[in-house]
Amino acid sequence: MDPRLVTAALVVIGVPAVIVGYIYGTELVLRRASEKLRSRARPWLWLLPALLFLFAFLVWPTILTIARSFQGKLAGTFVGLDNYTWFFTSPDALLAVRNSALWVVLLTLFTVGIGLIVAVLVDRVRYESIAKSIIFVPLAISMTAASVIWRFMFEYQSKGHPQTGTLDGIVTFLGFNPISWLQIDTLALNTILLIIVMTWMWTGFAMVIISAALKGISPELLEAARVDGATEWQVFQGIVFPLLLPTIAVVSTTIVITALKAFDIVYVMTGGNFGTDVVASQMIKESFTFNQFGRGSALAVILLIAIVPVMLVNINRFRAQEAIR
Amino acid sequence: MQRAGTGWRRLTALGAVAVLTAAACGSSTTGNAKSVTVIGTWAGDEQKAFLAMVKPWETQTGNTVKYTGTRDINTVLAAGVGSGVLPDLAGLPGPGQMAEYAKAGALKPLDSVLDVATYKSETAPALVSLGTIDGKLTGVFVKAAVKGLIWYNPTLHDYSSAPPATWTDLMSQAKANKGSAQAIWCLGLGSGAASGWPGTDWIEDIVLRQAGSQVYNDWWAGKVKWSSDQIKKAFQTYLTDVVANIADPVAAVDPTKDFSLAGDPLFANPPGCEVFHQASFITGLGAFKAKKAGTDYNFFPFPDIDPAFAGSVEGSGDLFGMFHDTDAAKSLMKYLVTAPAQDIWVKAGGALSANKNAVDYPDDISKRSAALLTNAKNFVFDASDQMPTAMNAAFWTAMLTVTKDPSQLDAVLASLDKVQATP
Repeated sequence: MDPRLVTAALVVIGVPAVIVGYIYGTELVLRRASEKLRSRARPWLWLLPALLFLFAFLVWPTILTIARSFQGKLAGTFVGLDNYTWFFTSPDALLAVRNSALWVVLLTLFTVGIGLIVAVLVDRVRYESIAKSIIFVPLAISMTAASVIWRFMFEYQSKGHPQTGTLDGIVTFLGFNPISWLQIDTLALNTILLIIVMTWMWTGFAMVIISAALKGISPELLEAARVDGATEWQVFQGIVFPLLLPTIAVVSTTIVITALKAFDIVYVMTGGNFGTDVVASQMIKESFTFNQFGRGSALAVILLIAIVPVMLVNINRFRAQEAIR
Repeated sequence: MQRAGTGWRRLTALGAVAVLTAAACGSSTTGNAKSVTVIGTWAGDEQKAFLAMVKPWETQTGNTVKYTGTRDINTVLAAGVGSGVLPDLAGLPGPGQMAEYAKAGALKPLDSVLDVATYKSETAPALVSLGTIDGKLTGVFVKAAVKGLIWYNPTLHDYSSAPPATWTDLMSQAKANKGSAQAIWCLGLGSGAASGWPGTDWIEDIVLRQAGSQVYNDWWAGKVKWSSDQIKKAFQTYLTDVVANIADPVAAVDPTKDFSLAGDPLFANPPGCEVFHQASFITGLGAFKAKKAGTDYNFFPFPDIDPAFAGSVEGSGDLFGMFHDTDAAKSLMKYLVTAPAQDIWVKAGGALSANKNAVDYPDDISKRSAALLTNAKNFVFDASDQMPTAMNAAFWTAMLTVTKDPSQLDAVLASLDKVQATP
């Protein structure tokens, strides 16, 4: 048998077996302890594997990355804040920051906005589940595959040649000249087009979560408002939207994080050319193409710092909700 | 916090792939048969040809080759050199990276592995010296290509009886014979994240023949500035003779189009262009693959520009290095560079051998391009591939910018100067 299959089987069966074994083992040990000690130690013992994993795969690499960001091209050469100075003075890096900011703002706006509208609208129709499925499906496609699909949309052919790109097919049908969509960096149009690809993928996610929250709103509440003579818009504005706000906030933070991670689409569709680079693609380029791991690490740290406020908001909201309960 | 390390997590994932590949393949031994892990960039037909090439070695030794093809070889090897998890043998992205890996102590010298005297006698000296770091042979070329061939469709106009001898001759002949073709040149620079490189080949070919190999070598070594007269003149020649004579510069740089299809308009009706500049490997790509060499397409070598520098040829190739000196890996390495092994590779088409004694080419065209490689009076290696990676990437982007908008030339050269000056 192929050794890789053996390895795969070992991992799939072995890892859960070890975890179950560990829990069982701790229980055997705890059985001998006093009742008081048992209830105190149990949560920690159960948490221990997760904490170890978290430390080995998240905390430790984060510490190493921060340390590496103060070193130069070669590991071990301390360069102080050079990598950060580079970041804030390099036009390429600043362009990437602007684009990442665009991604964060526009992707969140598009996905949450459209997701909300669709969720509210399909709530009223009979073919709701079909409509929602269709919008949700793109999320299951890998980003690379989605990029390849959308390249066909944006494909450019010179004037007079058969137009194989969908958008240019429409444009030339209407009698205009074909447009090289991904080359237009005026008003960052090409970046916005890339964001639309991601919007196509993630709107389904926002819609499904918001739709679930919508189902949780008690019908009596809406009924009461309508009986009192509120218009549909007033019902939405005054009751539905405020009740959906916590959900929208959670979805938004997830999308913000997704936007900051955006890399695949840029890499496949433009390779970061024509002013479409984002911070994540810049990080890969510096680290692996230029072997500038110091700069790459600095970019990673900057991304980390950029995400911290978003996470804090999320955690605060989570705590507040827990408190209400 | 939790999501912030995503970039690094992606890298960890890549690393994990490498670990798994190496762990699953590298250490598996059944009986006396050993396996050798190999990572390369070849996929599809190229991968098939490589596997066919190692087959006789597998039969003879009873060992097996575990090949993984990846387009992201840079990432895999850079992560591997850091973590120490590496394949036994690997294709190397370029001479620059090879030197870095060798200095990091990851690559093993090949002097005691290969029959060095034979290797040197069978291989062009330029390729041997490119694989040598600090006096030690570290990388060998298992595959080579000749850059700067001018392809044409003989049914439109047959240049084979009187191929243009000089650049001026080429331009005047091409203008005279344009016929129904839409433009003189076909040009396409798209190539994913490496978009722009086909343009760098253009500049290199012109610099080599306009300013000579001394300037050429000083240029990639960073000793000649981009804004210098010689380099600027090469860009100007490219812009006035080539870019001004293509059908649509916007299409040439569009990210949705790939360089491998850029020569296809040669075969269209009416033809999109008359001549097309690309390396010898184009015969394995695009429409060329299905066409018949010699009757459907043919080539003449890049003509001389300044007669003082006649007989210069630019080439490139796939470097191969060894990260683990196991007996099986050594034996495979030794086998790969021999003429019988190389014969299998070149017979599959689309590839040239760095080995002069590999002669089993499938057609006249490959034979002629191989002869150019081995008989070159003055052979130089692809300049951009020898530049530091940041310089190379800036060069790629620069080609996209000037091809789309020639008026940007001075600004682009100034920014390239800046990258060159950065250590």
